[in-house]
Amino acid sequence: MVAPEPPTPPPDSPNPPTADASTTAEGPGGPPLLLMDGIVKTFPGVRALDGVDLEVAAGEVHCLLGQNGAGKSTLIKVLAGAHRPDAGTIHWRGEPVTLASPIAAMRLGIATIYQELDLVDGLSVAENVFLGHEFATVGVLHPGRAQAATAELLARLGHPEISPSRPLGELPAAAKQVVSMARALSHDVRLIVMDEPSAVLDHDEVDNLFRIVSDLTADGVSVVYISHRLEEIRRIGDRVTVLKDGRTAARGLPARTTPTRDVVALMTGRSVEYVFPERPEAQAQPAGEPVLRVEGLAREGEFAPVDLDVHPGEIVGLAGLVGSGRTEILETIYGARRPTAGRVLVDGRPLRPGSVQAAVRAGLGLAPEERKTQGLLMLESVTRNVSLSCLNRFSRAGWLDSRREREAARARTRELSLHPDDPDRPVRTLSGGNQQKAVLARWLLRGCRVLLLDEPTRGVDVGARAELYAVIRRLADEGLAVLLVSSEVPEVLGLADRVLVLREGRTVHQGPATELDEHRVLDLVMEGSPS
Amino acid sequence: MSTGNSREPVTGVMLRKQPPPTPAQPPPPGGSVSTVLRVLDVRNLTLLAVLAALVAVGGFTEPDQFLSTDNLTLVLTQSSVIGVVTVGMTFVITSGGIDLSVGAIVALSTVWATTVATQEYGAGGILFCAVAVGVGCGLVNGLLIAYGRMVPFIATLAMLASARGLALLISDGKTQVVDSKTVLELGYEESYILGVPPLVLIFAGVTVLGWLLLKRTTFGRRTVAVGGNAEAARLAGIDVRRHRLYLYLLSGLCCGIAAFMLIVMTGSGQNTNGNLYELDAIAAAIIGGTLLSGGRGTITGSVLGVLIFTTITNIFALNNLQSDAQQIAKGAIIVAAVLVQRRPSGTTET
Repeated sequence: MVAPEPPTPPPDSPNPPTADASTTAEGPGGPPLLLMDGIVKTFPGVRALDGVDLEVAAGEVHCLLGQNGAGKSTLIKVLAGAHRPDAGTIHWRGEPVTLASPIAAMRLGIATIYQELDLVDGLSVAENVFLGHEFATVGVLHPGRAQAATAELLARLGHPEISPSRPLGELPAAAKQVVSMARALSHDVRLIVMDEPSAVLDHDEVDNLFRIVSDLTADGVSVVYISHRLEEIRRIGDRVTVLKDGRTAARGLPARTTPTRDVVALMTGRSVEYVFPERPEAQAQPAGEPVLRVEGLAREGEFAPVDLDVHPGEIVGLAGLVGSGRTEILETIYGARRPTAGRVLVDGRPLRPGSVQAAVRAGLGLAPEERKTQGLLMLESVTRNVSLSCLNRFSRAGWLDSRREREAARARTRELSLHPDDPDRPVRTLSGGNQQKAVLARWLLRGCRVLLLDEPTRGVDVGARAELYAVIRRLADEGLAVLLVSSEVPEVLGLADRVLVLREGRTVHQGPATELDEHRVLDLVMEGSPS
Repeated sequence: MSTGNSREPVTGVMLRKQPPPTPAQPPPPGGSVSTVLRVLDVRNLTLLAVLAALVAVGGFTEPDQFLSTDNLTLVLTQSSVIGVVTVGMTFVITSGGIDLSVGAIVALSTVWATTVATQEYGAGGILFCAVAVGVGCGLVNGLLIAYGRMVPFIATLAMLASARGLALLISDGKTQVVDSKTVLELGYEESYILGVPPLVLIFAGVTVLGWLLLKRTTFGRRTVAVGGNAEAARLAGIDVRRHRLYLYLLSGLCCGIAAFMLIVMTGSGQNTNGNLYELDAIAAAIIGGTLLSGGRGTITGSVLGVLIFTTITNIFALNNLQSDAQQIAKGAIIVAAVLVQRRPSGTTET
């Protein structure tokens, strides 16, 4: 497939850093600016998009809503030309197009501001803004023109104090966001996609952002705005499309008048219901001493002091959005990050802060969020992955007894019904759920007493999740204490006994899971009601 | 209070509410000192200081010999071949790659360019052949890495082995003497221009071109971007793969030029030429401040690194010290340079 690209100037030629006003010529009767129809994108083991529709009119702010994993990020990557869809059609101003590469998308006038800022730290601000479409004559740069144009863009964005010549790596996150925006505006844009632009901005900055967005739409530029904050969507949005489980749940809702209840209802409620194992009799206050106690643990700039207890046999869940501090809390408990205040106690004895070794020796085990890069040796066998944490148990004078190692590892993987039951199989070839079981088996073999689970079902098929939930519950029943982090609210509510709800690094609610429902948690997470 | 700090705390500035669109303002005058420092680059100043200290040591221990015009010319001439190779290497490392095959490519180029068949075409034939062989090897490296998706370390390691083998095969292990007077005369004192040997002028030319290419062209800018954040470069619409191909072509081209210079210098082609050039070039680039992980590199720093190494070798030779002592000193300098350049307030966690 070849993209029918319109004749455009070569990539080296500078584009005027202003929006083309001719987009306003598109009347309300004309075709929509963008029409995506039945977009499907499958990654190995995961169907990220399963028939998504999106329609954006010229000059509107179109909000994209959905829970984590609903497919928003994949959709905007398709729109940016970074992912090729497996099926579906895209129409741009009424013409069918193929967004074959980032350049193809840019040439049409689609610019994307990503959430994970994709800028180069080693280059200056101006160099980042014009990366890929530099001011140059036969390859020779005009740094002066780039700097002047960057200064102009930054002034337009209300940030004349950011110096275009400054190395990007020296800027704080909020300023990088502004540079990212200047970068998007440096193209001849008709559509700007903003992926949670307000996540790293403070209050005044958000006002400034909204002013920029309304300036853009007044010029006829369309904005696709992704945010979890409903109040923002009410302020600047025109229409809303809701994604759920890789499908469009609703499109073209009026942003200001649709009741929050309806939006939340569209985002929740699943086509595939999760099956959660039964909880033991809910105890109001778990008996006995907690095995893990966290007292006033905090990291400046990441999360405010948090207190929590986990008893043997109990599952405690942390719910919150990306950036709410949930992963950071887990990693700080584990010693991978050094706390700025507070302490962690296991069996009443404080752990040495910032030491993973101390945490592991005390009986903590972490199943990290990035299983493939932080948890497993993907090319190695199941046995070697499981035995990694306690190799010296199978060795005499440094010499490994591989038969004993294999038997011990196999006993654990069978306990978790890891499938297929082949200890020599490379973990790379296992499904996501079984890879997670390999991680759990490692900690069981080590004899750990507190399991910290960070997004345990990330990349695990919906069907295979129930089994993983059952395994986690069984481990708790056998006396393990489990601290669970998940961006999927139903998972936390269905699995955990008690839940902490986090919003922007603060605990906004703590209580038994049975007293909460998904709507209430989403309200807490998105609106931050006082508690 | 750090009121005298030239680095402004941007966080504080960001919090100030900005008025609606204001015309672009010139950068605050307080930044002028830091701007001057940035242009001069503190790292390169440090390297210059090291070089000056070495010259002082040389002048102190062997004043008559070291500071003589002949000796200083010799130091520059000795620097020029490895210097040209290092310029190419700097580009490759800045982009996050590595080229282990430079020494072998130089050897193969010198041998191929001095075969009897090639020499029939005279000086032009020798020059053309040396450059063509270099670029050809670079092309193979680049295709394997960019489109064959091989790790640069492996692809260029394979090239190292094959090119050396081919050089041995062609030369049969013998030294091939150059007949062309034009080529040989380039090395004689008669052809010095204003007292500067042509080889040093070539080195200077390559350095200036390399500096311009890295600092002043889209190619250089994109090289830094590819090394600093390849995904960001891809999303910015840069054809990262084709860019990688060009980088190894460039390194091959530099090797070809260096091979021709070596032929002029030695009047011959040999399969043992360019031994361990890859390590010298990498070391010079690293002490010059180029990040081995990519995303940062300067030609000035690399060239200063080359000059420092050659000067050390020269001083040690003049003082009749063994080459093992030279190697130890080089190793110590690499370690010291990297330790000094490490940023004091680096983040310890990821």
